[in-house]
Amino acid sequence: MAEATHDIQINRLYKIFGPNGAAHVADVEAGMTKEELKAKHNHVLGLDDITLTIPAGKIQVVMGLSGSGKSTLIRHINRLIEPTSGEVIFEDRDIVKMSQTELRQFRREKTAMVFQKFALFPHRTVLENTTYGLNIRGVGEKEAGERARRWISRVGLDGFEESYPNQLSGGMQQRVGLARALTNDAEILLMDEAFSALDPLIRTDMQSVLLDLQAELRKTIIFITHDLDEALRLGDRIAILRDGRIIQQGTGEQIVLRPADDYISSFVRDVNRGHVISVRTIMRKGERAETPVTLTATTLLEEAARAMTNAETNRANVVSRDGTHLGMITLQKCVTEMIAPDDSEAVDPEVQVA
Amino acid sequence: MDLIEFPSLGRGDLRDMRIAIDGAFRDFTRAYGETLEAMFHPIQVLLVFIEDLLIGSPWILVLAAIAGLVWALSRSWQIVLGTIISLCLIGFFGMWEDTMRTIAMVAVCTMIAVVIGIPAGILMARSDRANQLITPILDMMQTMPSFVYLIPVVMIFGLGKVPGVIAVVIYAVPPVIRLTNLGIRHVPADVLEAAEAFGSNPRQKLKDVQLPLALPTIMAGVNQTIMMSLAMVVVASMIGVRGLGQPVLQAINNQYFTLGVMNGLAIVAIAIIFDRATQAYGKRLQKHLEAVHG
Repeated sequence: MAEATHDIQINRLYKIFGPNGAAHVADVEAGMTKEELKAKHNHVLGLDDITLTIPAGKIQVVMGLSGSGKSTLIRHINRLIEPTSGEVIFEDRDIVKMSQTELRQFRREKTAMVFQKFALFPHRTVLENTTYGLNIRGVGEKEAGERARRWISRVGLDGFEESYPNQLSGGMQQRVGLARALTNDAEILLMDEAFSALDPLIRTDMQSVLLDLQAELRKTIIFITHDLDEALRLGDRIAILRDGRIIQQGTGEQIVLRPADDYISSFVRDVNRGHVISVRTIMRKGERAETPVTLTATTLLEEAARAMTNAETNRANVVSRDGTHLGMITLQKCVTEMIAPDDSEAVDPEVQVA
Repeated sequence: MDLIEFPSLGRGDLRDMRIAIDGAFRDFTRAYGETLEAMFHPIQVLLVFIEDLLIGSPWILVLAAIAGLVWALSRSWQIVLGTIISLCLIGFFGMWEDTMRTIAMVAVCTMIAVVIGIPAGILMARSDRANQLITPILDMMQTMPSFVYLIPVVMIFGLGKVPGVIAVVIYAVPPVIRLTNLGIRHVPADVLEAAEAFGSNPRQKLKDVQLPLALPTIMAGVNQTIMMSLAMVVVASMIGVRGLGQPVLQAINNQYFTLGVMNGLAIVAIAIIFDRATQAYGKRLQKHLEAVHG
């Protein structure tokens, strides 16, 4: 199993759509905005100075509204879109500089992709869809079939091997999409709004499937979404994109607690904070309480409140994963943080963790 | 200045021009005619072979083979039954041999049209420049009266089977080319992107994704080609191709009404057989698209 070992490093990546994009990189670097570029040169700014480290074995969510450049960004990692300038480094090689043959090799062995509209091959059965990546690489029919069946079963599609995609529901089709990508056994999994086309219940279900798989597989997953709840649920790290620029990146907690600007604040306002913020962020450091409840630092506020309520107490001690005492929280503080953001007391979780 | 009459080349100049072009072409024919004939000889061999096979074998075997082929394509017993009944009637009314000749000719023309047409269609789908270049040629092939290109073909090859096949293929190949091009161009972009993302090279994309998805459309083109080849049998008979076209031509020249109708109906009958069989096959190819999830 290909467990991810290498970060993906994106450096100063620009994409300008139009016949002569390269000529305008300097203008954009000098501060020309998307609107000015469109008005003056009739070129469209897709990505503007993207620098991002995608950590190995983690889920990196890229979030933004439509037109923010998120689908453009993910297509630069396997170079389905040619960048105008910049580099994408993986395993000490710049993907941007690869020859066509090297690029195909890279796509076959290191990446797999799941698409918003599934993009299954309608003329191939579920099994044939799933073996596609292996067929392309020249893996024998028998071995490909065995490996594909394992993943079809793993995503819960036993018995549908011989069905055609059109005979399946949307959720099942995307399971096929996921099985097709996983069968490739690649380190990098690119998911372009993979669950956006699904009903809410099925979407939550698929998110659970993905999290379960990731706990075991530890791939480097780049997940594109426009849905903040999805981003917070899945993302180890989140980057927020607007007009082709990254306007904030960090953990979900960091983004919810300290939105970088009004644009992000407006996103974050309706988030269920009890699902995102952990007790370590709001605990009183070093203090100790007389209480039967002990929580680990990463416990979410909602669970913490439930634990204290169930134990009929209003205090809980907070310990690190190895059991070292860190501090304590009160039920009142817990509830306050869940319902009303109070910026004056918000502490940078990065600092607190240390 | 005289504005009523269009300023044209003088009659003498025009005549000289025609004579010059005709002369040059005649010289070309004399110089290369035999080489060209030798090049196209395999077509004659193939056609004669199929003809002999269909005519020389016991009729019951031929009937069974055709019925079997129709079954393999359509999987419909109604179409197979219709085929057997029409072929029996054709035989009963004494048109068996001519019908076999026509079937052989249509089969060879379709094979050649497919062999030329599918690669040409692929080329057009891949390159916009080829598309721009070939499209007007196809327009010309389909609208130019067939008698016009019969002249040079006959000048080079004389009368016989090969010029007949060439004339029919010129007339009948455009639909395969056009519909192959169309079918490949209409493969959904997201499916192609998926193939690309998994690292397919252009050949793999063509073989595993574009052609299979374009196949129903290509089959519609093949169906059209067969129909158009059949429509050409009478014209082909004018340059010496034997088959159902010849009695029709004879009937036109001598006003034999019944002879014309009988052979005309035989052409219609085999046209319907070919059409239903290939259409049913095209439909079967699209089976995976039908069962949409409720």
